Amino acid sequence: MNSVDFLLWVRGPGLAIASIIFVFGMTLKMFEIFMLGRKKNLAELRGSGIKEGFRTIITRSKHADTYSTRHTKFTFYVGWIFHIGMFVAIFLLAPHIELFKSFLGFGWPALPTPLVDLATVIALISLLAVLFHRITNPVLKYLSVGQDYVVWALTFLPLLTGYMTYHHLFFPYTWLLGIHILSVCILLIIFPFTKLTHAVTLFFSRWYNGMMGGEKGVQQ
Amino acid sequence: MADDRTLADILRSQGISRRGFLKFCATTASMMALSPAMVPKIAEALESAKRPSVIWLSFQECTGCTESLTRSHAPTIEKLIFDVISLDHHHTLMAASGHAVDEAMHEAMEANYGKYLLIVDGSIPVGNPAYSVIGGVSNLDQLKEVAKGAAAIVSVGTCSAYGGLPYAHPNPTGAASVSDIIKDKPIINVPGCPPIPVVITGVLAQFLTFGKLPEMDELGRPMAFYGQNIHDRCYRRPFYERGQFAETFDDEGARKGWCLFKLGCKGPVTYNACATTKWNEGTSWPVEAGHGCLGCSQPNFWDMGGFYNALSTPTIDLTKTAAVGLAAGAAVGLAAGALNRSKKSKAAREHETVTVKDLEKGEKS
Repeated sequence: MNSVDFLLWVRGPGLAIASIIFVFGMTLKMFEIFMLGRKKNLAELRGSGIKEGFRTIITRSKHADTYSTRHTKFTFYVGWIFHIGMFVAIFLLAPHIELFKSFLGFGWPALPTPLVDLATVIALISLLAVLFHRITNPVLKYLSVGQDYVVWALTFLPLLTGYMTYHHLFFPYTWLLGIHILSVCILLIIFPFTKLTHAVTLFFSRWYNGMMGGEKGVQQ
Repeated sequence: MADDRTLADILRSQGISRRGFLKFCATTASMMALSPAMVPKIAEALESAKRPSVIWLSFQECTGCTESLTRSHAPTIEKLIFDVISLDHHHTLMAASGHAVDEAMHEAMEANYGKYLLIVDGSIPVGNPAYSVIGGVSNLDQLKEVAKGAAAIVSVGTCSAYGGLPYAHPNPTGAASVSDIIKDKPIINVPGCPPIPVVITGVLAQFLTFGKLPEMDELGRPMAFYGQNIHDRCYRRPFYERGQFAETFDDEGARKGWCLFKLGCKGPVTYNACATTKWNEGTSWPVEAGHGCLGCSQPNFWDMGGFYNALSTPTIDLTKTAAVGLAAGAAVGLAAGALNRSKKSKAAREHETVTVKDLEKGEKS
């Protein structure tokens, strides 16, 4: 297989397989979660809770826990930095926007590539930092399972290969672009079956927590 | 037919000065990224080279490659170099027709067996050889026969190099490239639709100079001409970096010469010399003329997901794959959800009520 065949495969059948598994897995997960249902709240309602639910989605990301040690502060700040960097890399690079436009039907303005490049570097460095933190902090290390490292690596790879593709590092561009898309395909495939689903589930789990609190008349 | 005059003799008889000839050698050397020290070597080799016999076979092609070479620009040294090879067989350019053409080819083959250069343009229908037959002989048979006695093969154009247009999905003729069929001869791919004239003369000059194949990339193309990426050499690259793109062929961006990526330019994955040597005596090239690169020197360029779709878009319909995933996920999810619910209600049914009395009993015992 030469570089052109490889690129054509990942842009076609490879991406088809990955996207089917991704959508299949996420749909399956959502059905499973929502069909579990909740017990009926027998207590008298002190509020609707809906507003509190939405408020909690935001407040949970607003402050580092006031009881936090410096370690959780690290996770809080580096976590924010990483997610912003990753968000910029995924959603504000012109070629990526073209991809979203191809199936969403609409696009949005892109950032100049040097800025996206900077965001990617920041995301890469913060990912390395959180990995270092995970393996040097005894508590985090004890709590970590194999999946955490796999998920870390598979998140790191698309960013790294994207960076290499943009800078034409080590391999011809065609190979690099193919490898970059392949790394995204792999990420899409494992996404629904790992902790990566937090990208979606965090919103309604937070909303639900907030809503529960709101119905009891407390702020989460 | 090959005669005994050297290239230098012929060039001189055509009024090319030694200075002009050396200038050509220097240009060739620089194009091929050779050291200036190689210029005298090229000159020496070219001057003493005898007219090599060249047999040109045309299969499933459009004659665009021949047009590119012969009608590119009126007498330049490159064209004279092309003139001074002994083109013993070329359907389009030969005055002869019918069986005389075949005879000329066989005569040339016999006279120069093992030494002639075979140039091929066009792909070969392997699925059904009847799609292209010349004088009752299938392209496949003719290629195999002529390739046997060739010193080397130059696949000119994307069709002979990688299958090209006839190879495009669904490839009705079962088109194949020369390198798919011939495995025991050195093959140089000079792809392009068509290839740049100066690239083919450069490859021929290099072959004449060194008597061996040039350094080639993974796709069998000479690195000297195909080692550089169009996107890297594109004069519109700064607009890509700044995020300034033409959205249509007639918007402000297009008029200002912004990047054509969104209009489907395949420059980032295309390796060719267009951006540096340009076309028509260095006048212009597709991107300069306002059209994105089609990636014509790459295999499968017809099937790269559409000429006017951005390179970063998939070649498949993602909404369809998402619909398949959604339907399958919903079906399996409903089943799994129902199973979980029944487990839950079964557990609830089997739950034994514990009273305070039971607990007190437990404490006592």
